[in-house]
Amino acid sequence: MNTPSDTLLKPHAYPGRLIIVEGIDGSGKSTQIKLLQRWLESLEFDVFFTEWNSAALVKETTKKGKKKRSLTPTTFSLLHATDFAHRLVTNILPPLKAGMIVLADRYVFTAYARDHVRGCDPQWVRKVYRFAPKPDVSFFFRVPIDVALKRIMASRPVLKDFEAGMDLHLHPDPVESFRIFQGRIQNTYDQLAADNDLVVIDATGNITEQQRQVRSVVGGLVEHLRRKPRIA
Amino acid sequence: MSQLQFFGEGLPYLTVTDYPGVLITIEGTDGVGRTTQVTLLREWLEVQGYGVVETGWTRSPLIGGTIARAKRGRRLSRLTYSLLYAADFADRLEKEVLPALRSGFVVLADRYVFTAFARDVVRGADPRWVRDLFGFAPIPHLAFYLKIDVATLIRRVIARGAIDYFEAGMDMALGDDSYDSFKRYQTMLIREYNKLAAEFDFHTVSARMRPERIQARLREAVSAFFASHHFPIALRRPDAADADRVAGSLNDAPEEHSHAPGETQVEPVSTTRVGGTK
Repeated sequence: MNTPSDTLLKPHAYPGRLIIVEGIDGSGKSTQIKLLQRWLESLEFDVFFTEWNSAALVKETTKKGKKKRSLTPTTFSLLHATDFAHRLVTNILPPLKAGMIVLADRYVFTAYARDHVRGCDPQWVRKVYRFAPKPDVSFFFRVPIDVALKRIMASRPVLKDFEAGMDLHLHPDPVESFRIFQGRIQNTYDQLAADNDLVVIDATGNITEQQRQVRSVVGGLVEHLRRKPRIA
Repeated sequence: MSQLQFFGEGLPYLTVTDYPGVLITIEGTDGVGRTTQVTLLREWLEVQGYGVVETGWTRSPLIGGTIARAKRGRRLSRLTYSLLYAADFADRLEKEVLPALRSGFVVLADRYVFTAFARDVVRGADPRWVRDLFGFAPIPHLAFYLKIDVATLIRRVIARGAIDYFEAGMDMALGDDSYDSFKRYQTMLIREYNKLAAEFDFHTVSARMRPERIQARLREAVSAFFASHHFPIALRRPDAADADRVAGSLNDAPEEHSHAPGETQVEPVSTTRVGGTK
């Protein structure tokens, strides 16, 4: 019933480049994208950084909904889609059209994973997000759940509710809930990686080695882009 | 009719599968008289002892405020417009419509997903995408379409008062003259509705008729539907004497399932009266 064109993202024709990172909390993806940004900026590229759920349009609605615990999986999903669409139109598309490099910490794949875990139909979620352009490259920082857990707990003793997926009532213990919740998220990423939608980086290893792999992929994608004029 | 059919994937996380109620939707462009018809239909159903729940478009307590604010600030892009309305609809569907259908109510929807199908496509959305977006929505048992031509509509709306900014599609920058903009926007909307009527097999009723005649057509169709689907018959004939007027206790009537198909009777137009508790 579903044809690929209904569920797949379409490649974009903008002069800029869209590079995104995905991975569970504690995978180290944010560290990696920051390092990538430093490198690209040092090469005088025009870089624009954006992250998931930072638009203001529906933030208050989400907050209100959370407080009253009245969001259903579908309204939760659609509010995030609205938020993302707003950010796409106002933040992501203009730099892409202007030939810049857009770095996104999480993209639609985060929604695929989270909404599926919450109970939405995975095909439906993919169809909803079909308005988003396909990234030029999508990195998946893959790390075993317990490694991610140790990394987070090393910096602070208490897990945040959203990291542990506490609203899903998977387990009363936050650590156990984290394992189940993030494990399910990871399953979706693995599936996407199997379908060649994500480039897998082994995120258990050395930070610099991961960054070397990322830069070797990105280098070839951006070399033709115009850099900032040097005024010397 | 206790099993709901959906436009697409439905809501996989729902645990209840039995929905003995009936979902009736009324579509038509702005100013066509939908709300009047819903009110009359509700009264008629309640007199017969059916429990009725009305629902509209953009009235959800969760998101309605956000939409109103965004409209005021003109911050909606085509995409956020579509998605925000879908979120609003989902909220109402899961909080009002589905619980009512579960309890055996007749749900009267003043506008339904077809409004989004028409409006979003006029605003440039991909028709396939908008339909996919609402894949979680149940297909109504009966979908009425109040059809009108733009010339008749314009006179009616002007007679009513000033032309509304959004009804004129002024946000689409079709021109700064509200009359021209209204005419162009409504022409496009009506064209979309007419396409939808064929695609989704609407029950089309001409909105150029007098309101009582429109109402009579709607009642005929509802009665025929109830009869053919063995919906529990009315507690009393709709044209019974005024003496035993509707009592509040009748609202629980659909709980009593007494299947007797073919007994439903069409109410003569002349007996239309205001009687319900509103």
